[in-house]
Amino acid sequence: MSIVLETKNLSKSFGGLKATDNVSFQLKAGARHALIGPNGAGKTTFVNLLSGVLQPSSGSIWLDGQDITNWTSRRRAISGLARTFQINQLFVDLTPLQTLMIAIAERQSSGAHLLHPVGSRKDHVEESVELLTRLGLADVMTQRVGSLPYGRQRLIEIALALAARPRVLLLDEPAAGVPESERGQILDVIDALPKDVALVLIEHDMDLVFRFAKSISVLVNGALFMEGTPSQIANDPRVRQVYLGEEEIAHV
Amino acid sequence: MSASHSAQDMQQTLLKQARWKWPEILFWLALASLYVLFPSKLSLLSEILILALLALSIDLVLGFAGIVTLGQGAFFGLGAYTAALMGKWGMGTAPLSDPLIGLIGAALVSGLVGFATSFLVLRGSDLTRLMVTLGVALMIEELANKLKWLTGGSDGLQGVLIAPILGNWDFDIFGKVSFVYCYVVVFVMFVIARQFMHAPFGLSLLAIKGNPLRARAIGLPVNERLVMVYTIAAMMAGVAGALLAQTTQFASLDMVAFHRSADALLILIFGGAGYLYGGFVGAFVFRVMQDVLGNITPQYWQFWLGIVLLLLVLFIRGGLLGLLRHLRDRYAPNLMGPPSSSRES
Amino acid sequence: MLTILFDGLAYGMLLFILAVGLCVTLGLMNFINLAHGAFAMAGGYVTALLMNRLGVSFYLCLPAAFLVCALIGVVLERTLYVRLYEKTHLEQVLFSIGLIFVAMASVDYFMGANPQNVILPAGLQGRIDLLGASVGIYRLFVIVICGLLAMGLQYALIHTRFGARLRAAVDDGRVARGMGIDVARIFTITFAIGSGLAGLGGALGTGILSIDPAFPLKYMILFLVVISVGGTSTITGPFFASILLGVADVTGKYFIPSIGGFIIYTIMVVVLILRPQGLFVRGGSK
Ligand SMILES: Nc1ncnc2c1ncn2[C@@H]1O[C@H](COP(=O)(O)OP(=O)(O)OP(=O)(O)O)[C@@H](O)[C@H]1O
Ligand SMILES: [Mg+2]
Repeated sequence: MSIVLETKNLSKSFGGLKATDNVSFQLKAGARHALIGPNGAGKTTFVNLLSGVLQPSSGSIWLDGQDITNWTSRRRAISGLARTFQINQLFVDLTPLQTLMIAIAERQSSGAHLLHPVGSRKDHVEESVELLTRLGLADVMTQRVGSLPYGRQRLIEIALALAARPRVLLLDEPAAGVPESERGQILDVIDALPKDVALVLIEHDMDLVFRFAKSISVLVNGALFMEGTPSQIANDPRVRQVYLGEEEIAHV
Repeated sequence: MSASHSAQDMQQTLLKQARWKWPEILFWLALASLYVLFPSKLSLLSEILILALLALSIDLVLGFAGIVTLGQGAFFGLGAYTAALMGKWGMGTAPLSDPLIGLIGAALVSGLVGFATSFLVLRGSDLTRLMVTLGVALMIEELANKLKWLTGGSDGLQGVLIAPILGNWDFDIFGKVSFVYCYVVVFVMFVIARQFMHAPFGLSLLAIKGNPLRARAIGLPVNERLVMVYTIAAMMAGVAGALLAQTTQFASLDMVAFHRSADALLILIFGGAGYLYGGFVGAFVFRVMQDVLGNITPQYWQFWLGIVLLLLVLFIRGGLLGLLRHLRDRYAPNLMGPPSSSRES
Repeated sequence: MLTILFDGLAYGMLLFILAVGLCVTLGLMNFINLAHGAFAMAGGYVTALLMNRLGVSFYLCLPAAFLVCALIGVVLERTLYVRLYEKTHLEQVLFSIGLIFVAMASVDYFMGANPQNVILPAGLQGRIDLLGASVGIYRLFVIVICGLLAMGLQYALIHTRFGARLRAAVDDGRVARGMGIDVARIFTITFAIGSGLAGLGGALGTGILSIDPAFPLKYMILFLVVISVGGTSTITGPFFASILLGVADVTGKYFIPSIGGFIIYTIMVVVLILRPQGLFVRGGSK
């Protein structure tokens, strides 16, 4: 299978701290990949580098064989690379419907249109409604995002990334902070994502990781510690030592 | 099938926000009726309209895109000088002295300078932006002061002659034609601003204001949009300045002065930013207050303006319109349709 | 030539004393008090009133101005400003403009719009020769006092316990709080000292600056330039910025009077553009 996203010797330092340390990473088309590692391992930093929020100190990033290291966030986004944020980054004063309308308009390069009111494009509205319905947000489409419960907002995070119709989607702890009762819904949404989208999931909940992933990378202190299939990772004594608690691994 | 049905509803919900509502229509009719009700106050009314247009231009930048500016008065002044100079050079005859061509000239000059300086406000915190816009405005003010041969310096620009509007209506001393002219121009500008802000462009500005990080992450060209709105707003401020210069047949340093930027900003915040009408409400209250209190003593006016500002910041966050909306949502939620939550600032 | 430089130096030193409180409080709380100039104006008026109405000596007026303004500072900080720290910069700016208006109108109402004149003590009048240049004794006095104050402030900042706490709080308020430093208290004290210094500067400057109701607005812009050029994380930054500004302003007005103010605004914009984060490392994240 072809490689869609690749990093070569990617590093990022904050002062003396190496948050990303010489990471060479490959992601295949349609992958179901999990990125795990203890708190502060540099997972979010890695996603920030991939999505262009941060500039690397050294190394390069490649999307579909093109060097995108110096591209802006915007250019990466319209080239099919989308992400969600570990801490909600939403337009809290807008509604979910408006939020998706914006993303779709940008994808269609009609975000700067001046004359026709928002909602004139029926296809955009239909797509927004369809996506929101798919994510179980149909009943809150016209409410203020900031007024919605946290679990709902996490779903909007995902919806907003999906509205860009990405080929690569980076999910940074999508279920973090969501009450147990609502986690299932988010997992179902992730399970149902289109098969041709390459997914990278960052997650601390091992049940979820092993249920989802076909391949796993372990990040420790900014560096790639190990890569392999779920069973390889689960049975590796070193991984157990640095990351997985014995009892967590027991029932896999 | 139910999904497509609901899509239709949602489309209606979205489109409804852009539709003209009754209170708006009443507002503009009431504004027009002032012509009949207060024939002796027409020049004050024209001035209020002009001030409101300036505040509206700040609203686009601040209320929608979230960029604070203390320098909008510079574009106002540029527009005023452009229109005045065109009137002077045209010696009262078309094309140069034609008022509409003057408006276009003013919009172009202000827009050009706005475009050139827009790149300075793309980065930085609120405070940096305040200082940069203020600095640019002060430079332009200083320039107007120093280019005496062009602007007349502190004496102002004399000998401004404006041709009749559309070759037909001459400005009269009672300010009747001026008021109608201002009303029509300000209304047209308002309609344009309203259209832009209800279009995807305006919504994308709200996204930028709400969360620029996320806006970039979904592929929104943040800088491009900011340059665009800043330029549009500068053009609008230029038109406002041109209106003042044309109706008073005069341009002076006072029209580029810092206090105009500050006043307009206060007016907008006072009326409420992000509603498009905040500038109008604010301008009315501001100018009427100024007229009443300023007549007692000028210090009174300044003192009470200061007090109002203090109270405004401490107690009413969204300005007068914010207060109204708050009261409405609380006591009569269905009066004007669903609150467009987006316009909350 | 030297004389002009000297005048510029005196003016710059004075600016520093006037502005230093604003810079430090901005760095400390990310709070912008544009009404800072009103304290300086108050200092000027205290001096004028004491000297002209009560015949108090100029030298006694200086500490009096400091104390009065520091007191006003504490009261305002505890009652009004404390509500503003969580607000946006725009709101802080509007609020301080409101305060400026109230202060200006009140002063105008009670004292009239004319600038206040004071007659400097005989000891400060006249000129002496220094390094071959003829310099005003009063200006020399201003330079010496301001210079001593600046050194004292720097010393206090580096070598006292309070200074260390203050630096920690400016560096990272959250960490400082975590270490048990009472940042709010430090802020109140700093605010008081800053206001007092502004008042002292206003008093000291009665012979150089024009003490009138428009004072706060006029100097607000100069303060902003000092902040933008000097930054807010040290006091040496504002110090050199003030000197630079003072000298540039005085020499600029002397040699190229036609573009005097223009230079200053250009400096400000250029610096802000070239080093926007550099100057507001601490304030920029808002
Ligand atoms: N902007 C920044 N400036 C300085 N240090 C940072 C910055 N962002 C992250 N770090 C540091 O880099 C390291 C990696 O952080 P990162 O957020 O990438 O970890 P993570 O693996 O996502 O952790 P978590 O599981 O808690 O989300 C941490 O030590 C963090 O403190
Ligand atoms: Mg993380």
